[in-house]
Parts: sequence; structure tokens; C-alpha cells
Amino acid sequence: MAYQIKVNGTDHSVDADEDTPLLWVLRDWLHLTGTKFGCGIARCGACTVHMDGQPLRSCTLPISAVGTSEITTIEAVEGPEAKAVQDAWVAHDVPQCGYCQSGQVMSAVALLREVPKPNDRDIDLAMNGNICRCATYVRIRAAIHAASEKLGG
Amino acid sequence: MRSLVILLTCAIAALTSVALNATNKALPTTLQPVSAFATIKDPKARSVALFTEAGKVIQHPRCLNCHPATERPTQTDAMRPHEPLVVRGDGGIGAAGLRCITCHHNANFDPAGVPGNPKWALAPPEMAWQGKSLGDICRQIKDPARNGGRSMAELVHHMAEDELVGWGWHPGGKRTPAPGTQAEFGALIKAWADSGANCPA
Repeated sequence: MAYQIKVNGTDHSVDADEDTPLLWVLRDWLHLTGTKFGCGIARCGACTVHMDGQPLRSCTLPISAVGTSEITTIEAVEGPEAKAVQDAWVAHDVPQCGYCQSGQVMSAVALLREVPKPNDRDIDLAMNGNICRCATYVRIRAAIHAASEKLGG
Repeated sequence: MRSLVILLTCAIAALTSVALNATNKALPTTLQPVSAFATIKDPKARSVALFTEAGKVIQHPRCLNCHPATERPTQTDAMRPHEPLVVRGDGGIGAAGLRCITCHHNANFDPAGVPGNPKWALAPPEMAWQGKSLGDICRQIKDPARNGGRSMAELVHHMAEDELVGWGWHPGGKRTPAPGTQAEFGALIKAWADSGANCPA
């Protein structure tokens, strides 16, 4: 069945089974491979995208449930929070292997849009659904604080 | 030394057995109809018996998991702490940046084993049920200060009609449904209310 979805500001027509996870559509149909497959059960956060601005695990949302919602992936996330997070990620040399980092960035941006000046608990509660096998958590937390300060939070 | 090893081995075996029994404790699958309680002549005793039967639902993991004693829900029939660590947050919809809807969508997504419902959320702190006796839960449910300000009629409607409550009987995946049906549960709650809404001790 053909589904019309809007990803990164562009309309796409995707011919897929109704229960195809959005993640598969992003990677295999639209070739947006910045969003990663980690666990497939919404447990690791590697597949995090934004749907209408809210973080979402794309591995557990079927294409049939996207509807008219706007999807944003790591390739197109932008705005002051995204810029601050990207700069802080570089400044703090956050990634190690990097596999989880697109999901980490998408969650961090969503957090800062909602909580401009998060404390450690805010960060932990927002980010602990994003697993990092390299255990870069300390740098992730420091980078989010730095991004917040840069944003004037 | 040898006797100490044997003692420790026996102790470990016993503890393992206890743990397995706790995990595999059989859950109820059916509810008795309201008519089954008609023979109880004392109205107060009948009312208590009706609520005790409804308690098979109220104290089922499908319900208790989202009425936690702490800010963190539990999951599975074993009621283990929810993974990842999530909290109730304002309005029961999770913390900023990790709302329930980050993972739980409008419907179950069985390929990933992730449950969903449009109203997915945790019960507020005043509606915590885990760790409480059925009598305490009963008194809590009747108290408008701890039941969302509901009248008894609204409470009956909530139990019998609410969509998220109803999910408990159609949880999908490998999750054990709440016993009986929502209609049977609603009928028990209504009969309990009509008979004076008396609570177990």
C-alpha cells in the first residue's frame, strides 16, 4: 500500500506493508541512514527521530500510524538547540564508536527545547532511554549542560 | 566444611524455589458473575465479596503495573521495574524528553512487543495500588480525594467503560489478560456500589 509521509520537510510516497516500522522506511526506502537500528524493541534509543517535534523511537511506529505527522531525522534537525548540541558534542568530543549518537543528539535536542536549563536529574530521566555501549554518558551530560549554557538557559 | 557446603547448597536451592514460585504464581483467568453472590444474604458481606472478586482484576499485573507505589512503573506479569527507567512525570505521561509516547504509540506494536494505547499513562500518586491490601485499595477507590474526584457513578463508568482500563483485557503479545471481561468487571463494581460499597478489612 502507498503511504504519503512527510520527512525532513519533503513529501514522500512509500509503498510498504502497513506494519513496516518507520525506521525501515527511513533507512531502506528513503536512504536516510543516519538513524540507526539498535534493538528493534524501543529499548536502546538509536532509532530516535522527532515526530511533530517530539522524540520518538522509529523502530516501534508502523508506517500506517505516521499519518500527517512531520518526521525529522538527524539529517535535518536544526534550530538553536540543534546547533548548540552539535557544537557541544564536538567541543566535548562526545562520540566514541558513534553508533548511538544520532539518537542521543535527537533526544538531547528535544530535551533542551522543552527544558532549556535541565539539571542532572532532568538529563538522566530524558536520556536514560538512549543506551551507549561506549558509556559516553558523562560526556553526554556535560555536553548537554554546555549546550544549555550556550543557549542562555 | 563439607556440611557447610551442603547447607549453603540447600539454602540456595530453597531460595531459588521461592523465587520461581513467586514468578510463576498462577494468575486468575475468570471472574464469577454477580449472580454467584446472590446467595449471600447479608448485604455488607455480599458487598465485600463482590469487591473481593473484582480485586482479581484490580490486583492483576495488567492493572498494578501502572499503579506503582513509586514514580517508576513496573512491567510484565512478574512486575519487574520498567526498563528503561521511566518516571510518572507531570500528568503521568513521563519526564520531559522521555514521554510514554516516545515508545508507546496508539496501538500495540507486536513485532517489537511494545504495548500501546492512545491514553497510555501512569495513574497519579494518590492512586498507587502496589503494596496495599485490597481493603486499603477499596477505601482509596471510594475516596474522591484519591480517585480523581469521581462520584461512585463515575467510578463505575470508569471501570466499566474506560478505554485504557479496557486494554487490560486485550493486552496482546505474551501479556496475560486481566481475568474475565471488562463488562463482567464493571458489573461487579456496579453491584458492589449498589450494595453499599463496603470494603474488605
